Amino acid sequence: MSMTQQATPAVDTPPAPGPKQSDGRTRQRPMALRLLARPEVGVFLGAVAVLVFFLFAAPPVRDGSSMANILYQSSTIGIMALPVALLMIGGEFDLSAGVAVVTSALTASMLSYQLTMNVWVGVIVALLVSLAIGAFNGWLLVKTGLPSFLVTLGTFLILQGVNLAVTKLVTGNVATDDISDMDGFTQAQKLFASTFTVGGVNVKITVVWWLVFAALATWVLLRTKYGNWIFAVGGNKHSARAVGVPVTFTKISLFMLVGFGAWFVGMHQLFSFNTVQSGEGVGQELIYIAAAVIGGCLLTGGYGSAIGPVFGAFMFGMVQQGIVYAGWNPDWFKAFLGVMLLGAVLINLWVQRTATRR
Amino acid sequence: MTSNETGTHGAVLQDTPPATDRPLVELRGAGKSYGNIRALHGVDLKVFSNQVTCVLGDNGAGKSTLIKIISGLHQHTEGEFLVDGEPVRFSTPREALDKGIATVYQDLAVVPLMPVWRNFFLGSEMTKGPWPVRRLDIERMKKTADEELRNMGIVLDDMEQPIGTLSGGQRQCVAIARAVYFGARVLILDEPTAALGVKQSGVVLKYIAAAREKGLGVIFITHNPHHAYMVGDHFSVLRLGTMELSASRSEVSLEELTNHMAGGTELASLKHELAQVRGVDVEELPEEGDLSAPVATSSEGKS
Repeated sequence: MSMTQQATPAVDTPPAPGPKQSDGRTRQRPMALRLLARPEVGVFLGAVAVLVFFLFAAPPVRDGSSMANILYQSSTIGIMALPVALLMIGGEFDLSAGVAVVTSALTASMLSYQLTMNVWVGVIVALLVSLAIGAFNGWLLVKTGLPSFLVTLGTFLILQGVNLAVTKLVTGNVATDDISDMDGFTQAQKLFASTFTVGGVNVKITVVWWLVFAALATWVLLRTKYGNWIFAVGGNKHSARAVGVPVTFTKISLFMLVGFGAWFVGMHQLFSFNTVQSGEGVGQELIYIAAAVIGGCLLTGGYGSAIGPVFGAFMFGMVQQGIVYAGWNPDWFKAFLGVMLLGAVLINLWVQRTATRR
Repeated sequence: MTSNETGTHGAVLQDTPPATDRPLVELRGAGKSYGNIRALHGVDLKVFSNQVTCVLGDNGAGKSTLIKIISGLHQHTEGEFLVDGEPVRFSTPREALDKGIATVYQDLAVVPLMPVWRNFFLGSEMTKGPWPVRRLDIERMKKTADEELRNMGIVLDDMEQPIGTLSGGQRQCVAIARAVYFGARVLILDEPTAALGVKQSGVVLKYIAAAREKGLGVIFITHNPHHAYMVGDHFSVLRLGTMELSASRSEVSLEELTNHMAGGTELASLKHELAQVRGVDVEELPEEGDLSAPVATSSEGKS
């Protein structure tokens, strides 16, 4: 065996610091192009386009109260879309998010009514139940290593069945009893489902909560350790673990965050309608996921923003209400959604390829 | 210098360690079984500071299992694992990192879509401010990452570019620079040159030497004896989950190292068979007697 290819001896000196200031290989791209590569800019432009379209196509949309209504519609999707987006950036998704909202509302409603207690007791217990469902999803996922699709499909089916069966068992009906005359109801309603007036327009409190949560999520995602970990566990779980990121904690806490979102939206539904229909919520989980994907989050994880899903949810609310205001057949809503979703996915794909091109 | 015909297991000869030093990391008869599959058995390894310990072996020899034990990804099922003379058993890589054992993996060194500076500080982020508003100190992290990389000779225009846009060699070097910056005392490199070109491998080898000069103990996993011999101070060859050779640089030549890598004594007997095949040049192949390096001998009998 010839040894001719052995050449240089052991190198002992550390390399001298390079005097050059630039590697000369990266050209500064134009501002517009760099902006377009941001995950939330594409969806922002899309949202503006949809808004302008309906401003022309549906004159009633120009009214302030219609806009407040559209924002309200968007906020109920948007509040859930935020934790779902964070979870997606963290590399997982949660199919049980839609029915978990109803589970939370049912828990609070039935517990307070059946035991004739202050509604706040029900609200707190519902929070614990929602967090526990999230923790269970996360724990099962981390322990078994199964894909989140399977784990949360399981919880989705379980919760769907439990919602219906337990409600019928307890109330003898598919809906819960009206809790509007119970202790603490008005107080809780103020927090979760009140309305305030801005310039003669009635705005729902959820719009404020939506924007507050979005700001908080953005800050956490971009400015904290935890946010860094979310990107890392979604981008490359094994690398993250190897450099000391607590992957288990991050994943489970993300699922619990979705539980928190489900609790909040569930409480909103309970305190605005006084009763809960036990069969609702099915299919909503896909709306949340779609809003997050349209908002520029990568389905495979590791990339996205918290602002993007805000615009994604706004597009949903806009289209949903815009079709009604324009006097069209609302059956077209889902078709619109499908087109928006595909468009967003294609843009995401392009962005990812550009970002990793050598 | 005895030669073990089977050459598959046994204790390893002591090499002379730097007198005042005790090993940073030591394995004594360590092994690991996955169910009924014994991936590693009876491995002794000592890692000293200011030394590059090369672990060589073919595919499936147990190199990956060995580093996974040291880096805390897996636990050993037999033998002892000591850090600074204390027996340890890591359950997460975090614990290993806290002991100063950092690992740079060939395929999972970085998160490709994250910016360079976020990758550099991942898992050990710099923060500022009191708890409820404790946040990343982005300016300081970017500046530090840039300085550290420039010290290692890597100049990047933009700390915000996704690390996936760097070349394979650059990514390895960022990972090595990160480990050195975070005060690693023991640096484990898992085939850092396996996927790299000639020039890029050279760059990585330079940083291995640089890390040794900084006083680190380096464990360099590779299946390339040429790369190993360029920077190595001590060589351990694994074969089929056991230690086949353990020798310091003075005891072994590159040629012998290569022969051990290629199957050692088995190759010598193969020579006679190949000699009968036309067109195969066996002149350069060594005879069994030529293998003078300290081959691992059996001390515990057959297992």
